Amino acid sequence: MNNTFYGKLIFELSKAGRQGYSLPENRCDEYQMSDLPQGLMRENAPLLPEVDELSVVRHYTNMSNNNFGVDTGFYPLGSCTMKYNPKINEEIAAHREFTGLHPLQNPETAQGALAVYYFLQTSLAEISGLSEFTLNPFAGAHGELTGLMIMRSYHMERGDMKRTKVIIPDSAHGTNPASSAVCGMDVVVVKSRPDGTVDVDDLRPLLDDTVAGMMMTNPNTLGIFEQNIGVIAKAVHDCGGLMYYDGANLNPMLGKVRPGDIGFDIMHINLHKTFSTPHGGGGPGSGPVGVRAGLEHLLPNPRVVKVSEEDYDYFKLECSDKSIGSISGHLGNFGVMMRALAYILTLGRDQIKWVGPLATLNANYIKESLKDVYELPISGVCKHEFVYDGLKDKSTGVTTLDVAKRLLDYGFHAPTIYFPLLFHEALMVEPTENESKQTLDEFIRIMRVIAQEAKDDPEMVKTAPHNTPVRRLDDTQAALHPIVTWRELVADNQVAE
Amino acid sequence: MSYKFFPHTDDELQAMLSTAGVKSLDDLYQDVPQELQLQKEYELPESMSEIEVRRFFDDLGMGNITMRTFLGAGYYDHYSPAVVQDIIRRSEFLTAYTPYQAEISQGTLQYIFEYQSMMAELTGMEVSNASMYDGTTATAEAMMMAVANAKKRKRVLVSETVSPYVLRVIKTYAKFQGIQIDMVPAKGGVMDHEALKVELEKDDVAGVIVATPNFYGILEDYTGVADMCHEHKALLIMNCVATALSVVKTPAEWGADIACGDGQSLGIPLNYGGPYVGFLCTTKKLIRKMPGRIVGATKDADGKRAFVLTLQAREQHIRREKATSNICSNQSLMALYVTIYMGLMGAKGLKEVNSISYSNAHYLADSLVKTGLFEMAYPDKPFLNEFAVKTKLNIDELQQYCGEEYLQCGLKIADDTLLLAVTETSSREDCDDLVDACVTFNEEKEGK
Repeated sequence: MNNTFYGKLIFELSKAGRQGYSLPENRCDEYQMSDLPQGLMRENAPLLPEVDELSVVRHYTNMSNNNFGVDTGFYPLGSCTMKYNPKINEEIAAHREFTGLHPLQNPETAQGALAVYYFLQTSLAEISGLSEFTLNPFAGAHGELTGLMIMRSYHMERGDMKRTKVIIPDSAHGTNPASSAVCGMDVVVVKSRPDGTVDVDDLRPLLDDTVAGMMMTNPNTLGIFEQNIGVIAKAVHDCGGLMYYDGANLNPMLGKVRPGDIGFDIMHINLHKTFSTPHGGGGPGSGPVGVRAGLEHLLPNPRVVKVSEEDYDYFKLECSDKSIGSISGHLGNFGVMMRALAYILTLGRDQIKWVGPLATLNANYIKESLKDVYELPISGVCKHEFVYDGLKDKSTGVTTLDVAKRLLDYGFHAPTIYFPLLFHEALMVEPTENESKQTLDEFIRIMRVIAQEAKDDPEMVKTAPHNTPVRRLDDTQAALHPIVTWRELVADNQVAE
Repeated sequence: MSYKFFPHTDDELQAMLSTAGVKSLDDLYQDVPQELQLQKEYELPESMSEIEVRRFFDDLGMGNITMRTFLGAGYYDHYSPAVVQDIIRRSEFLTAYTPYQAEISQGTLQYIFEYQSMMAELTGMEVSNASMYDGTTATAEAMMMAVANAKKRKRVLVSETVSPYVLRVIKTYAKFQGIQIDMVPAKGGVMDHEALKVELEKDDVAGVIVATPNFYGILEDYTGVADMCHEHKALLIMNCVATALSVVKTPAEWGADIACGDGQSLGIPLNYGGPYVGFLCTTKKLIRKMPGRIVGATKDADGKRAFVLTLQAREQHIRREKATSNICSNQSLMALYVTIYMGLMGAKGLKEVNSISYSNAHYLADSLVKTGLFEMAYPDKPFLNEFAVKTKLNIDELQQYCGEEYLQCGLKIADDTLLLAVTETSSREDCDDLVDACVTFNEEKEGK
């Protein structure tokens, strides 16, 4: 990233008469689109830019220089598992024998693609200790919704219509309650103890015959393993509910713990977190959902099924009335699955088991190295991530936001801030297994420098960043007076000549 | 433990364990009860080298058959220029996450702003969000928006001419939210406006979902439909084929409140169903009811124009169970495909794409009808680049036969009906080859 800001919009490069494409000649021009009834055609052409090819290439290349990715530098964004996205995965995903397949073509002609789906599905089931996965959900939150639909259908199928409550810890991601609401369920919040784990005493009175189940992230959003999971799962099961595992924090469990072995019935995995597929600036992700034996029939349509003949296997698509229904156009984000399977094959059983322990080691190493200057509210070993409650010395007035912004000046992405909501100045750090000791040491050094700067020159830290392409932005103005299109910018006179 | 993705050397490992206050990696899991820990190796293949990974996928790839395609039904084989594929791979875009730290994410924020602007232009609507998962879920979100907007109404009408692949997804969402979906029947391939009127007059409808072009490729005339909806306080939701919107009458021109659909046709490869990108555009009035991320313009501390995620008070990380939707991500990288594609094509290029597709499709339709083996399913209805034909031929056998010629002859949508789409990637010869295959198939059948 360089420090000269390239801030143009493609509309500002446009000159009438320029063009950035070439198309074959129309060789069926005895048929003319202008024969369509005028009343069915749009009146004015859309206001799109007219730009030549090189200008388009430079525009987006310059724009990319204003961005920061895992390939740029350390990205300790808690809860997002910003691990390295291996290059081989991109080449595999661009394989022409796969990218040209139409979703509605005859499954007999897409056997290779269905095999990818099936291998990935069974690999995830093995890694999770569950029976079967659907890969159809498009993202983590979409997986949550799918899982909750399965939970609810499990009860409805038994004629138990009153079970509409989902128990969710107060430390949970916002998507948990939001997905419950979209699934038509009621959210009941269970409190955390001072150490951040679920308060079992607060949970017990909530358990009755209206509870459909409980959603948990384990380790939780503070990076703490919920040791009472056995007791919790039993209590929820005893009251007739199901246990849902939010796979956001699955990374430290790789090689060590399988959700299916510790009492969970349904879970989702974020392939873009645990299985190295690129985050793409916010998507595409993929949120496969797994279930324990006995719930497979509820998985969304279509399901990929393996049929074994005497001398060969083949795959087919199956739709069932017992399923929750379809939750995506076809089989989900297939291109993302290609990458995740390439990753699993690359690591294999002999390397994948080190992912969890090394991610956990890196987190504990940072946590212990900075606890004299940053407030560590929960001591003891963490898993893949942990939370500081801001600077230890609160007298300077420098907040977590300021620390985060100052980190950008030093070439680091900031940790997740102000989440979870249990601490006022939450700063959630997640290094992944791919980061070297040198990188972590440099991060630790800079975090100490910032702590010192907060004492010596708090104003400078409070006005950071200073070296980034743009400075701190006015969020309030953006929300009060939303300008969300080029047309509105023009109307607002905010346009470069 | 020397491995390409794990940089820890043995001495570093020891030093780090010591700082962490433990003796071994196992000790880092001392808080996990022993009986909960995995006691076995995963049953997975051994680690593969890049050479072996490539070979694995090459071998599987041979199980796929890529064909010259006349399949559409919502997903179209339009051409994606080399520039799009190249820029998409830039790791500054690819390996970034949601632009939470705006100061080092202007690249992502800027292209999303461009995407929103372009989608607003294409649909004619005032605002667009930063994208959704795909066209089916975007339509489900639009349905939820209409129900939330209506407050007490929980009934949504869907035209029978909307894609069944979209319908099956919104039905799933509706089932769990207690939304009642009722179909508006079609007559001659288009929605029956009289039937719609009857349903609307019950004054309990939150929204009406229609399609343009519809599932059969027909450009329906929606004159009067928006007024009818608004008169009865229902929102009009239009599911659209993105490419077509550059030439056909827009949702805004029809008076729709929400435009949604799949952006795949704007430069995204077919990819066996995904990843694609859903779009959702609406009026400024409804912006605070919109799901998903939105990027807005603002200024930085130095007064420089810059972009930022905005109107976040609608979203799950703030509103939790009261959010407008549970969606957390957007389909950012796929929105970038669409943005670069439209940046290259401009309005003129998009028009040309439609124009060639139109000519090719009409040439194919006429050629098929001329064989005497097919007739247009809806002969008096205008279409752009997709159409349905009826035939007495056995469609399964015909598809099998064409498949052997590496031709994908459309989608069987009824026992006697085929839905075919043609784009600018097909040549006149491709169309001739398909027609010839149909004729030869018939001759061989009759010969036997």
